Amino acid sequence: MNERYSRQQLFAPIGVEGQKKIRGKHVVLVGAGALGTGNAEALVRAGIGKLTIIDRDYVEWSNLQRQQLYSEADAKERLPKAIAAKRRLEQINSEVEIEAIVGDAGPEELETIALKQRPDLWIDATDNFDTRLVINDVAYKYNIPWIYGACVGSYGLSCAFIPNRTPCLYCLLETVPQGGLTCDTAGIISPAVQMVVSYQMAEVLKILVEDWSALRGKLVSFDLWTNEYAAIRIDGVKKDSCPTCGRYPSYPFLSYEQRTKTAVLCGRDSVQIRPPALRQYDLNELAELFRRQGLQAEANPYLVSVSLGDKRLVVFRDGRALVHGTKDVQEAKAIYYRYLG
Amino acid sequence: MTLVINGEAVAVPDEVKTVGDLLAHFRLENKLCIVEVNVRIIQKHEYETKALCDGDRVEIVHFVGGG
Repeated sequence: MNERYSRQQLFAPIGVEGQKKIRGKHVVLVGAGALGTGNAEALVRAGIGKLTIIDRDYVEWSNLQRQQLYSEADAKERLPKAIAAKRRLEQINSEVEIEAIVGDAGPEELETIALKQRPDLWIDATDNFDTRLVINDVAYKYNIPWIYGACVGSYGLSCAFIPNRTPCLYCLLETVPQGGLTCDTAGIISPAVQMVVSYQMAEVLKILVEDWSALRGKLVSFDLWTNEYAAIRIDGVKKDSCPTCGRYPSYPFLSYEQRTKTAVLCGRDSVQIRPPALRQYDLNELAELFRRQGLQAEANPYLVSVSLGDKRLVVFRDGRALVHGTKDVQEAKAIYYRYLG
Repeated sequence: MTLVINGEAVAVPDEVKTVGDLLAHFRLENKLCIVEVNVRIIQKHEYETKALCDGDRVEIVHFVGGG
């Protein structure tokens, strides 16, 4: 058992002391898709103290090609990703405390975690900029580093954002990215995922062992198919006027107006609806209600799935829902309110 | 003119004179990019005025959302 981390401890920049530090740390992983499962497995194998995983989605067949923690059984059961990930991770390393949260990573949820749990690090494994800008605000407000990662096709990029040390994502972006960037249908190959995970995890380990001088300090990108690589030092772009990390921060993405109630999911032909006030459904009762209307409904302990012709409605216990088969937010809302009031 | 773009020497046509032209040439003008020329990040409002010279070292990173 004690040999478990021996190779990591033999690596001089970590050593026995570094291993103890890793063991004492709590990381929050936002998203449990391709990047999320890769980062989660690496963290748990490395012997992190506690890992919190937040994800709003459930496992589907199209995930299995690259989302390394999931199995066919998870897809058949439509298991929420946070739950399926926790089960697999506990088999990999039973010493690590895993907290699974099935839900949206909105401003309220992330601020609650920041306040109550004071984690050491956030890892971005989301598929959209709305959530990334929320992570960016929470990170700088509560002085907790975060690691950006993203990939599509054979391309990927990553950057570590450290309050009081580096500029933030908003300084780099200057504007809020519009929809087109978040919803890509170009596909993805697993080596691009693994490469981003590697860039993220290397910075994660440096931060966990507090080896600040080893941090890259660069936004790095690659394309594994066209064999390109680029890296840009980010320290020059810090802006005094930045609403997140400037002199007078207002953390705009944590304000009520910014709270996303609907979101079109990345490349999925699906819309998420989040009711203004969360609910508490008895899922078996809800499934029965649908069946009485002559609809085909299936429940598991986390969600109910209902077929509606070429659309499918999936309702989670807290009232959050995914409408599959449309990218039209209005149509998705109409379906939601027709069946759930 | 020849530029060193992301570490590779690349010949670009004569009509590419600014950072804005270069992004348009690579059809990146509508993507969210960070551009560095000779180890200095170019702000977005400078794209149309920042002139490029033969041998400039340009790094271009574009943001994507997937994950």
